[in-house]
Amino acid sequence: MAAQTVLQKLEILADAAKYDASCASSGTAKKNSLGGKGIGSTEGMGICHAYAPDGRCISLLKILLTNHCVFDCHYCVNRKSSNVARARFTPQEVVDLTLAFYRRNYIEGLFLSSGIVKNSNHTMEQIVEVARILREEHDFRGYIHLKTIPEADAEIVHQAGLYADRVSINVELPTDSGLTRLAPDKDARQIEGAMGKVKADLVEAKDARKRFKHAPRFAPAGQSTQMIVGADAATDADIVGKASRLYDNFRLRRVYYSAFSPIPDASAVLPLKRPPLIREHRLYQSDWLMRFYGYKPADVMQATEADGNLPLDIDPKLAWALKFREAFPVDVNRASKEQLLRVPGLGVKAVGKILASRRHRALRLDDVALLTQSITKVRPFIVTVDWRPITLTDRADLRSLLAPKSEQLELFAA
Amino acid sequence: MTALQHVKLGTYYVVHLPEADDFDFWRERARALVQSDVPPDRIAWVEPGGSGDLFAHGERRMPVPPMDARPVRANRRFVSLAKNAILHSDPERFALLYRLLWRLQSNPRMMEDKADLDVRRVEELDKNVRRDSHKMHAFVRFRLVESEDEEVGEHYVAWFEPEHHILRANAGFFMRRFSNMRWSILTPRGSLHWDTETMSEGPPAERHDAPGGDPMEDLWRTYYASIFNPARLKIGAMLKEMPKKYWKNMPEASLIPDLIAGAQGREAKMVEKGALEFEERPDTLAAIDKAIHACRKCPIGQLDNHAVMGEGPQDAALMIVGEQPGDQEDQTGRPFVGPAGQLLDTHLEKVGIDRRAAYVTNAVKHFKYVQRGKRRLHQNPGAKEIDTCRWWIESERAIVKPKLVLAMGASAARGMLGKTVSISKVRGAPIPLEDGSELWVTAHPSYLLRLDGPAREEQARLFDADLAAVRARLEDQA
Ligand code: SF4
Repeated sequence: MAAQTVLQKLEILADAAKYDASCASSGTAKKNSLGGKGIGSTEGMGICHAYAPDGRCISLLKILLTNHCVFDCHYCVNRKSSNVARARFTPQEVVDLTLAFYRRNYIEGLFLSSGIVKNSNHTMEQIVEVARILREEHDFRGYIHLKTIPEADAEIVHQAGLYADRVSINVELPTDSGLTRLAPDKDARQIEGAMGKVKADLVEAKDARKRFKHAPRFAPAGQSTQMIVGADAATDADIVGKASRLYDNFRLRRVYYSAFSPIPDASAVLPLKRPPLIREHRLYQSDWLMRFYGYKPADVMQATEADGNLPLDIDPKLAWALKFREAFPVDVNRASKEQLLRVPGLGVKAVGKILASRRHRALRLDDVALLTQSITKVRPFIVTVDWRPITLTDRADLRSLLAPKSEQLELFAA
Repeated sequence: MTALQHVKLGTYYVVHLPEADDFDFWRERARALVQSDVPPDRIAWVEPGGSGDLFAHGERRMPVPPMDARPVRANRRFVSLAKNAILHSDPERFALLYRLLWRLQSNPRMMEDKADLDVRRVEELDKNVRRDSHKMHAFVRFRLVESEDEEVGEHYVAWFEPEHHILRANAGFFMRRFSNMRWSILTPRGSLHWDTETMSEGPPAERHDAPGGDPMEDLWRTYYASIFNPARLKIGAMLKEMPKKYWKNMPEASLIPDLIAGAQGREAKMVEKGALEFEERPDTLAAIDKAIHACRKCPIGQLDNHAVMGEGPQDAALMIVGEQPGDQEDQTGRPFVGPAGQLLDTHLEKVGIDRRAAYVTNAVKHFKYVQRGKRRLHQNPGAKEIDTCRWWIESERAIVKPKLVLAMGASAARGMLGKTVSISKVRGAPIPLEDGSELWVTAHPSYLLRLDGPAREEQARLFDADLAAVRARLEDQA
């Protein structure tokens, strides 16, 4: 077979990376290339340089170093027994592509992952080598996210953290039994052990920087993980529980959810149907509620239905409110910030505006309407000077009144 | 003398701004006007090229504030919003900001009133400008121009069409990012040039002043098309963040219509190439029997052979799983009737396991062979074939619900675990399965058949030991 061109390899190795949900390039230490020899900057906020027709942000060159793999995980298109086309970049090729794309302002940096070739250590060393060349030989100051291999030696993973802005270790599946079944070569304890080590490194590096300014940075954008949703029997309640334990135990920056999508040459062990994308969306919403709205995992779990899953037709915040109607209506002129944050339809920004504005005037329904996206959604749950939803919050059909029909249609097409 | 007396009654002022984005100039003038007590409706703000000269006969000289005028006050929130809002292309922006500044003097906390219409409007301007800047950071696409002149070297040039007067305000971003690269950004509102040491500004440019292509764009388009997952088409979400107006200067955008049009087909192909369409799990053993006879999910089913169903009591506590039917099983339609089956019977009897009480089946339901003349030579099933057929063994397990599963041989173990294990490493100890049952792994009796002499004796001894352990375990659980 003739040698593959970089273009052919890129086609295969980007295609193989398209199932990965994370693409963020934000929240890292600020850097720029002034006074250096190379290029690159990060200014806190990441930038999406394009959007794909799947609505996802393209911020990084997200590719695999290789899609050859000695593992046989059933949900993975690169598993050993799959018949997909294979390719393999050299570290230098990845470096060249990254720099060429970066100079043209196509990307914020690199997100490198890999199938496991030879063994875990060898693979991890190759991944680290790419980052080393970028940072040391080219003085590259853009964003680097490295996917680490939990089975690799802690020392090599540590190296990755010294070069990268972020490292991630995928938990892959929300339950250990799902992992055993679908990723027979992986071991939940090993994955969490690796996360624990990264966390320890993060804490130590932060500590060292407090004491002396030039201590080496270690993954300033922290660590993240990804879970595949819908490939095993885990319910949303299981998933939220797992995510919150991971946040607590390993101080993750983010847990990404990736709705299991059909993969070529799939294994018969996988479920017959793909989960609706809206399920993934509901999980992100609940993640959001926990990170920015003060919801506890238990609150989100209470919003699930009898089967342990969040409703698909309404968002988790509304689902919670409909279950706990006694917490409403909330008086926008008197309620605490925490109470306001529980009102369906009121975002963090709207709540901030309400709190600021009510110091100046007693808010009327029209005032609130100006400060929110849609007053229809909010109205049944609030009290203003001139408005009180006496019967509305008790109406049995409130849910059907509030379920967004148009949105459903759009997402159905998704 | 009060300020009111100071300003001539009925005087209108016209302020010409030297640059559309000159905040400092606006601030100087606005400060003097407030101090001179000139109300908002008496000032016309005119930007270069603008036609805002409502008061053709207005006063062009600025009023001189009285000595005792109070200092003009504005909080930080106002200043930061105004600096941005002034970059907006709305010709009304200067007047709006002046009106706000004017009102702030008597109501210093007005900026907090988010329901105020002026406050809302300036916040909107600020937001639009920030968004435009953000899109500029994101959607500028440099193209490489290689100069003949060695000294000059590489030069990266971009064409961009901002909506607002944001070019100068964003020079720093590109300088910090591409500090060791020579670059230019050309826009219809002006241009920026960085030579790795100094920044210079140039006149407005036209599209044809910028280069028309770059060889890297083919790679970039390849990347763009490949990273898109057609199973997740969400056009609305894309359009919201990347409105069409930006597309014309983004090389990858030309692919979008085809990617969208082809998405369903690509997804269907993914599914077709992948997801084997298994229907719902059959819920009786008879239904499984029927289904495997019709199954052609893997290449083995294409051969001339018959599916062989497991047999034994439906409530058996022990499930014995072999590899696949052999020639004789294929012909009789029953599992473990050939030489290996007979050997198994002998050993089971020896350790005291009643085969009739066990459910005996295979990991793969069809006989895989190659034809050699009249003979059909046994072949081992491949990993993928075992994984495909796993659907059926799992369906049987779901009905029989054995407490113990004895898998004989590596293929049988793979059918249970989804991975290939080494028998010598896992034999002799239980492996917990996700439904709470236990898996025991041992060699396949046909392996014993292939050995002679001491090696055979040794393996037979190990085999018996495994069977005895299973028996002991069964008794424990009984
Ligand atoms: S061996 Fe199994 S998967 Fe293959 S055709 Fe036969 S029953 Fe179907």
